[in-house]
Amino acid sequence: MKHTLSPQRYLILLTVLLTASVGDTMLSHGMSQIGAVDFHHLGLLLAALRNPWVIGGIVLLIGFFSSYLTALSWADLTFVMPATAFGYVVVALLSRFWLHEHLSAYRWAGILTIVCAVGFVANGPSRTEHEPTALEVMDSGAGR
Amino acid sequence: MHLTRTFETWCCILTVAALAITGEVLTAGAMRRIGDLDVIRAKSGLPGAIRAVLTSPMFLIGSVAMALNFFALLFTLSVVDVSLAAPATASLTYIGNAVAAKFFLKENVDRRRWLAALFVCAGVFLLSK
Repeated sequence: MKHTLSPQRYLILLTVLLTASVGDTMLSHGMSQIGAVDFHHLGLLLAALRNPWVIGGIVLLIGFFSSYLTALSWADLTFVMPATAFGYVVVALLSRFWLHEHLSAYRWAGILTIVCAVGFVANGPSRTEHEPTALEVMDSGAGR
Repeated sequence: MHLTRTFETWCCILTVAALAITGEVLTAGAMRRIGDLDVIRAKSGLPGAIRAVLTSPMFLIGSVAMALNFFALLFTLSVVDVSLAAPATASLTYIGNAVAAKFFLKENVDRRRWLAALFVCAGVFLLSK
């Protein structure tokens, strides 16, 4: 049986990869404005929570976790994994075209390699048939 | 001395990867057990979907493993160079997830999915160069 994805579900996968990468980039940008945090200056962490970039990053990462869990509710882990890895490509492209950083030949090769990985699974089924797993048996009767 | 240092480095990296794999596989197993969240949300609304997730013991154990993974990664980054720790843990996690998904979640990890996991590992290493 082949499980094909509706446009709405592709949108969820797109949300997974965009929120993770943009959220991480926003957190990184916000924390670079705050400065180095160590055990003697833990109060800086509270100050960080008032930084708009950090707040935006946290909101996006909450969005990432929600969309990631939603994707896992109808797709295999090995199907969703390359989508999350594609976030590395988004970060690299953001650093090249937004922050104007230099991308070495190695990094362009890395981008190409991850794009290929996504291509391998993108056209396949999102969920493969399986027998009840040991983990499902362990959780049965609880959690509903 | 050098061997001890190498041993410590790889123990840290393997611990981080093992916790990440445990967390992700348990979370994925829990979400499969709970069922399609879109359907649950249509039936019981967003609060019902959130309740279904938060009352799953498997999800909660997976979340604890992910939290431990976070702290283990922080510790590892304090003793191992980030240029080795970040790509090594990410790559091992991708491969480990594929193996664990096959054996614990009984996913049909065919040749294309193995290739995808290997290509992601290679891509992560190249990006860290």
